[in-house]
Amino acid sequence: MTAAAHRHVGSSRPVWLVLVLLFGVAWLVVALDGGNFVALPNLQNIAQSSVALGLVAVGQSLVVLAGSLDLSVAYVVSVSAVTASVVMNGSAADIPLGLAAALGVGAVIGLGNGAVIVGLRVNPFIATLGMSLVVRGILNALFDNFAGAVPDEFQALGYDAVAGVPVSLFLLAAVVAGAWLLLHRTRFGYHVYAVGGNIEAARASGIRTGRVVLVAHVLAGVCAAASGVFLASRLGAGAPWVGPDGGYDLESIAAVVLGGTALAGGRGRLLGTIAAVLMLAVLDSVFNQFQANAFVQTLVRGVIIIGAVALYAFREQS
Amino acid sequence: MTSAAGLPSIRGLLSVRGVSKAFAGTTVLDDVSMDVRAGEVHAVVGENGAGKSTLMKVVAGLHQPDGGELALDGRVVRFQHPRQAMAAGISLVHQEFSLLPDRTVAENVFLGREPTRRLRVDRRAMISRTATLLAESGVDNVSPHSLVRRLSVAQQQNVEITKALVHRPRILVLDEPTAALAPHEVDALFARLRAMVHRGLTVVYISHRLSEVFQLADRVTVLKDGRVVDTVDIKSITPADLVRMMVGRELSNHYFPDRATDPGKGPVRLQVSGGGNDAVHDIDLALRAGDIVGLAGLDGSGRSELARALFGVQPFTRGTVQIDGSTRRLTSPRAAIRAGIGLLTADRKAEGLALPLPARDNGLLAARALGGRVASAAVAALVELAVKVGLRPEALHRESRLLSGGNQQKVVLVKWLATDARVYLFDEPTRGVDIGAKAGIHDLMRQLAADGAAILMISSELPEIIGMSDRILVMRDGRIAGHLPAGAGEPEIMALAVPA
Amino acid sequence: MTAATTAARLRRIAPIWVVLVLVLVGIVWRDPTFADPPTLLAFVKRSAPLAVLALGQLFVVISGELDLSVGALITACVVAAARLGEGDPSRTWWIILLVLGFGVVVGVVNGLITTMLRVPSFITTLGMMLVLGGAVFLWTGGSPTGALAENFRQYGREDIGPVPYAVVILLAIAVAAYFLLHRSRFGHQVFATGGGTRAAELSGVAVRRIRVTSFVLSGLLAAVSAILLAGFAGLSANAGQGYDFQSISAVVLGGAVLGGGRGGIGAALGGAFALQAMFTLLNLLGMAAPLRDTVQGLLIVAAVAFAAYRLRSNR
Repeated sequence: MTAAAHRHVGSSRPVWLVLVLLFGVAWLVVALDGGNFVALPNLQNIAQSSVALGLVAVGQSLVVLAGSLDLSVAYVVSVSAVTASVVMNGSAADIPLGLAAALGVGAVIGLGNGAVIVGLRVNPFIATLGMSLVVRGILNALFDNFAGAVPDEFQALGYDAVAGVPVSLFLLAAVVAGAWLLLHRTRFGYHVYAVGGNIEAARASGIRTGRVVLVAHVLAGVCAAASGVFLASRLGAGAPWVGPDGGYDLESIAAVVLGGTALAGGRGRLLGTIAAVLMLAVLDSVFNQFQANAFVQTLVRGVIIIGAVALYAFREQS
Repeated sequence: MTSAAGLPSIRGLLSVRGVSKAFAGTTVLDDVSMDVRAGEVHAVVGENGAGKSTLMKVVAGLHQPDGGELALDGRVVRFQHPRQAMAAGISLVHQEFSLLPDRTVAENVFLGREPTRRLRVDRRAMISRTATLLAESGVDNVSPHSLVRRLSVAQQQNVEITKALVHRPRILVLDEPTAALAPHEVDALFARLRAMVHRGLTVVYISHRLSEVFQLADRVTVLKDGRVVDTVDIKSITPADLVRMMVGRELSNHYFPDRATDPGKGPVRLQVSGGGNDAVHDIDLALRAGDIVGLAGLDGSGRSELARALFGVQPFTRGTVQIDGSTRRLTSPRAAIRAGIGLLTADRKAEGLALPLPARDNGLLAARALGGRVASAAVAALVELAVKVGLRPEALHRESRLLSGGNQQKVVLVKWLATDARVYLFDEPTRGVDIGAKAGIHDLMRQLAADGAAILMISSELPEIIGMSDRILVMRDGRIAGHLPAGAGEPEIMALAVPA
Repeated sequence: MTAATTAARLRRIAPIWVVLVLVLVGIVWRDPTFADPPTLLAFVKRSAPLAVLALGQLFVVISGELDLSVGALITACVVAAARLGEGDPSRTWWIILLVLGFGVVVGVVNGLITTMLRVPSFITTLGMMLVLGGAVFLWTGGSPTGALAENFRQYGREDIGPVPYAVVILLAIAVAAYFLLHRSRFGHQVFATGGGTRAAELSGVAVRRIRVTSFVLSGLLAAVSAILLAGFAGLSANAGQGYDFQSISAVVLGGAVLGGGRGGIGAALGGAFALQAMFTLLNLLGMAAPLRDTVQGLLIVAAVAFAAYRLRSNR
């Protein structure tokens, strides 16, 4: 099994190696400054800050691997956060309903994206940009700040830890595991790679390509919604700006390509995306330790993303 | 599924009834009917552009016919998607490879048909069944674990066939399966196909290689210009009969324009000495003004690679190239075009034309890239050039993607004429072009040569090589294996082209 | 002229003009004064920054790429002009040159990274967006300082005689862009580069140079757009926010196809005006401001779906 897995192009191993290296450097640099990078609170912090982007990026990986793209995820995050907090409205009894509603909204938006892309053959960039604008408009017209509230019980998701490990990390781990199994162990996952790799070949092989793209988009919507639910529990309520403020649309795409997935689809590994998300979180953490300007972080991020993709392109050539 | 395989049956297993299909206004299939009987090898032959591949794509559910219908076991079937054709027992082995290079052999073979156990892909079963299928079809040099991108072309072809067998089809359609194979690989493939037919498989075999058809087929349907000429028993005809049916007249030199009166006398336009790169080696060749030199060889022998080296796409790393007596370094297409070379590529749609652009802009593309006086002269002469190649001037304003294959090729010709090229590299100039346009292109090549151009023509169609060339070069394994004079026949060419 | 050729001609008219006319009629219906020349000119002036930006984006899109960095570039230019100019009118000239030069440099960098390092332009320009956003604000310490000189702001808000500066500038740029894209060798090669990259390369088109030049035009016009916007709206830390996607929306509304090879100057201008007119109409109809986004979203999806349908039906 491992032998076969290693033969896949684009093993995520190099990305994890870089992550470990980066972590080591961070540890060293912070230690030289007299700090402790591996202190439990800091590690918890890194983990926590990976969860929101990580959840979105898992869904983004699915659509990018299928040869598509989702620019609407940031607003899906907002919508689901607001939906969860408005439906729950502080009542613990309504947690299941709130969850279902929030994830359901994500699924519906994903379905809409997929339907426009598959049915009307609209370029995914435009289709999901359009959806993003539609959702943003409606959301901002209805809400302008925190709305509703999540019950205290639900904030456990955002704040509690089991044996030092944040609960939210279990959520991310579960979603990653689920998506990994889906991609690498089910027919659907095989078909995602086929559709992203060569859609004509996939169709000629009897795959219903439209359905694959559609389902990938629904799952991306649900993943983004899960992220919104998590943020609502963190913040105590949902607000229309939580998604766009996190920049989850472009950041998630950046994480996917940073993790070694080709933007054109069909090639890449889910775990690479996760390593990239952790890398970004480690970087943020180092910057925070040095109280560096937030703008330095943005700048460095930009350089790293371009550099990494250039490196992948270079490796592809040679 | 009750197999009729064992029993000799007159009843058609698969009937094509009056099928028509048009793309962008060009009729590709016109009222095509044929019957495939259970257990037979049914060849479909015809020249390039006769509609063979389109017909098979209709049969396999990749295209939906505009008119007519298909029937299986006498029942009308309507395939909206390839999976319906597969479910009905029809499998197509594509001419263009449909494999995913970054997936393993097993993953490709079972693509769309992955065995599952409790929702999970049963990878162990997939791998062992792939191994079995490969063994069954006599492929012993491919591992189910290998990445497809690491396989040779012949190995990929075998994987492609194995993939088609996963569905346990009743009818296996092979579209030009030997195009990329060496002769011994072809023999191996035929042996495997015969064994499968013996076990009850029905085979529809598409080819334009007549020798293969006579080796393998029981019956043959001839297509010409999208229509069925006839379906006949292979034992009842001779190869000459078949050729007559395909081209609609005796194949003779009349089909091609007359040769120049005194070939080999013009000044040398292009001379290569000791040229070589990764793909081609020890190339010595001279093209003279007024000559058409045919370049023959099997697919993969380095024909196209030689043209690409001359055109600076994958430049020579060794040796020298002289044009009109002066040494030129052809390190990019731009350099080659400046030196007066034009390349008409075999893949017209990907490499010849920017499809969304009006034909006019494609015709002017190379001249405009050169710029200066060439560009303005080309704009002024465009209509005249269009007329010269036999393109209606109105067609210049149509989007290139909407033109027929023949007209698209004429637009590419205009593109090079507009640069005043003196050396023309023609890679499969009449591929996918209807007969009328074909004759026009041949006439034009002759005329270009008469006007003093030097022409290198690559073709996989030996009649074209034989009919057009003033001299024939034959390539094998990236080298020029030999020169032949005009009038050389098929046997001499094949003797040089095929590895000993 | 027969009915058939009339129909054919009608079909060739970019549908965005129909949309624009309908929206304008809607506006005049709610506010008859809109048809007065001064109001109309004011509308064109308001649209000018987006229109200029869209023209630059158009070159990039037709060449088969995408420029997501223009919004951040506008912000950077506005902030830099204020910070360096500090309201001093005597500095205006070299600041204008500097801003335009900066736009060119950003375009060159975008172009070189995309073509030489083979990074998809989506990623290149996304990274550029982050770098610009980070760098400029790092430099200004987080909040924009300085001031914009009066004579710097005149281009975005003053008039020459009865006509606003911005309208004159837009007109001049539109004419120049028209000739460059539709009448020059360069323009034809932009179309070829996006419409069939491989074919263009094999025809001797210097595909990389064409793409880099397209990015340069986009950067340059973004800088012009920044100057207009600085005059019109003044100094702001989010001067260019949203303009990246709006400019893409405008060219797509004008029938350009992401992926390259199709599009036109006139229709892209139509797209920019239609977008701006739509915002105006929604205002007049008293719809909540955020719903502009919703309408913009629906509009671009509808436009692209319609274009895809038309392409499939081979007209």
